[in-house]
Amino acid sequence: MQPEQFFAASRIAIVAGKGGVGKTTVSAALARAAALSGLSTLIIEVEGKSGLAAAFGKAPLVYEQMVLSEGDGGAIGEVRARTVTPDDALIEYLRGHGLARLSKRLVNSGALDVVATAVPGIKDILVLGKVKQIERASASDRRLGGGTDFIVLDAPAAGHAITFLQSARGLADAVKVGPINAQASDVMGLLTDPTRCQVLLVTLPEETPVNELVETAFNLEDKVGVSLGPVVVNGLYPERAGLDADPVAAAEVAGATLRPGEADALSTAAAFRRHRMELQRAQVARLAEQLPLPQLRLPYLFNADLGPAEIDVLAGALLEGISALDDLTPAGNR
Amino acid sequence: MNLTELVESSEIIICCGSGGVGKTTAAAVLAMRAARAGRRAVVVTIDPAKRLADALGLDGIGNSPKAIEGDWSGELSAVMLDTKSTFDAIVSTYAADDQQAERILSNRFYRNISGALSGTQEYMAMEKLYELQADQHFDLVVVDTPPTRHALDFLDAPRRLTTFLDHRLYRMLMAPTRGVMKAVNVAAQTFVRSVAKVVGADVFDDAIAFFTAFEGMEQGFKQRAAIVLELLTDPRTAFVLVASPRRDTLEEAHFFAAKLGENDIPVEALIVNRMHPRFGDGRPEAARERARTLSGTDLGSLYANLAEFTLVAAREEEHLEGLAELVAPAPVVRVPFLRSDVHDVAGLDEIAEHLFPG
Repeated sequence: MQPEQFFAASRIAIVAGKGGVGKTTVSAALARAAALSGLSTLIIEVEGKSGLAAAFGKAPLVYEQMVLSEGDGGAIGEVRARTVTPDDALIEYLRGHGLARLSKRLVNSGALDVVATAVPGIKDILVLGKVKQIERASASDRRLGGGTDFIVLDAPAAGHAITFLQSARGLADAVKVGPINAQASDVMGLLTDPTRCQVLLVTLPEETPVNELVETAFNLEDKVGVSLGPVVVNGLYPERAGLDADPVAAAEVAGATLRPGEADALSTAAAFRRHRMELQRAQVARLAEQLPLPQLRLPYLFNADLGPAEIDVLAGALLEGISALDDLTPAGNR
Repeated sequence: MNLTELVESSEIIICCGSGGVGKTTAAAVLAMRAARAGRRAVVVTIDPAKRLADALGLDGIGNSPKAIEGDWSGELSAVMLDTKSTFDAIVSTYAADDQQAERILSNRFYRNISGALSGTQEYMAMEKLYELQADQHFDLVVVDTPPTRHALDFLDAPRRLTTFLDHRLYRMLMAPTRGVMKAVNVAAQTFVRSVAKVVGADVFDDAIAFFTAFEGMEQGFKQRAAIVLELLTDPRTAFVLVASPRRDTLEEAHFFAAKLGENDIPVEALIVNRMHPRFGDGRPEAARERARTLSGTDLGSLYANLAEFTLVAAREEEHLEGLAELVAPAPVVRVPFLRSDVHDVAGLDEIAEHLFPG
């Protein structure tokens, strides 16, 4: 599939996964991959984490959009990011409902927490409602030649992801009338429309994360009715030939001498990698068997922590993976 | 104090850290070690991976301790926290009579908050802790805390619940039912009406019914919250920080340790799971240089591989440095990648070898 086609399939990609699987890494790489395909891309972060901006070498995100990586005005789009926190979203929401004077007070007095407690999911729905608004605005802005082509939502860590995405349905049931109900219905409309939004689940090629991903995938389909995009498997050791060789024999062939203890270090390191790769392959196969979704695979980065250069490496791997996917069935036929 | 001494002398151990770092497994291993040392230990788990839960006999929801059979001289029990039943049990205990308990338990607002009040899970973990440590049967309670971004939610949880019960918004809500509406000023009325407008009138009515039913029970909750807070800061309680060597995870752990410090709670040990092993004692640059000159040969490949792992191991140690300093003199216990995922007692034993060497 052409990356352009992939990124045009739905305007929002929600990146979700359990803590520690590299959700933020994948969000960054996916946004950059879209930008490299010429799209102006926005990352929305909802937990106030600092990792994303730091990976691009920038200061922490704020409510206003900021540029994380520049475009070139043509073939490469820019990557921007912003946060959307419940407090900010609530203030905006109240302003939009003619309650501007009360909004500050509601947040400052801690009343938001109390309201949020009284209506579980209200924080989530405020955030998702704001995301929906950004999506709508971006769609209309584009006709004016600017705006955002593609949105990456870095979702809260699962299992909170399910609660987060389920909040719309829950609230629509719990609150039958009023603005919250309307908001919840709108968000449900967004989540269940595959042309507007799909979820990319992230996992590591290990047993427990794979199990949890499979469970989350079925829950999201059943309980939220959201469309699932490819699964991203993060942290695969890249293939390397020659790891079966015996160091002493290999040294003889190469005409090199080994220092004391080095043969052992070389062979145990090689054995470790072979073993881990075998486990990883087994988990990738198991995931494919249990979940009939295409996979995008990202390499483990040995050489450095995530920075702009590493994001580009991962974005390249995503683009390669996307190109190898089968063409999409038009959304209406799925 | 090393971990061996810690599990032999503490009465409560709290394992904390961000999600996905192996807290549940660490908690189980610590409790198992205590059982092997002849103590009667119970581990409270929050959300164990299914196969580990199966191995510990925790399939199915059980809110009371279940003994695990094994070759230990002491006892090992495990309990999987069920937030809602724990909350229900507390309500029943503190209600003046069955009618009050029933009114609360059947209230729709209560049913919402008992599962979803932010921090409820943390608070109930602490309630469970209180209940188990009061149980003379156990010498050691090990608690696996919920994964949380807001590092100290569980420390704040008791306070948060009482603040919630005390919140002046609710005082306002309840004012009409007490017939002192005239005492509430106009601004407050507008405020209350606005909130009702946003959340919906039915939610509002449920909330008022709940707080009316709850009348008189706050005191019990407050006392209990105070006791739990005291327990957490008691010297017989030990906090063990669990992390993985990724930069972002360690940054969170750092934040966590600093917050504990602000509350005068020392970290007694730092467990770092999933460390890459270190092969040989060469420098990564040396191996990489050899890989370059020998490029294209099998030996070159082997060196390139060695260089990658040496680099990763060095970077992990570097990430760890600042945190190790912060928690000093607490020991830093490194657990390497294991052969496979842990889902039985043998797997727990494999980790135990790293936590309790010798």
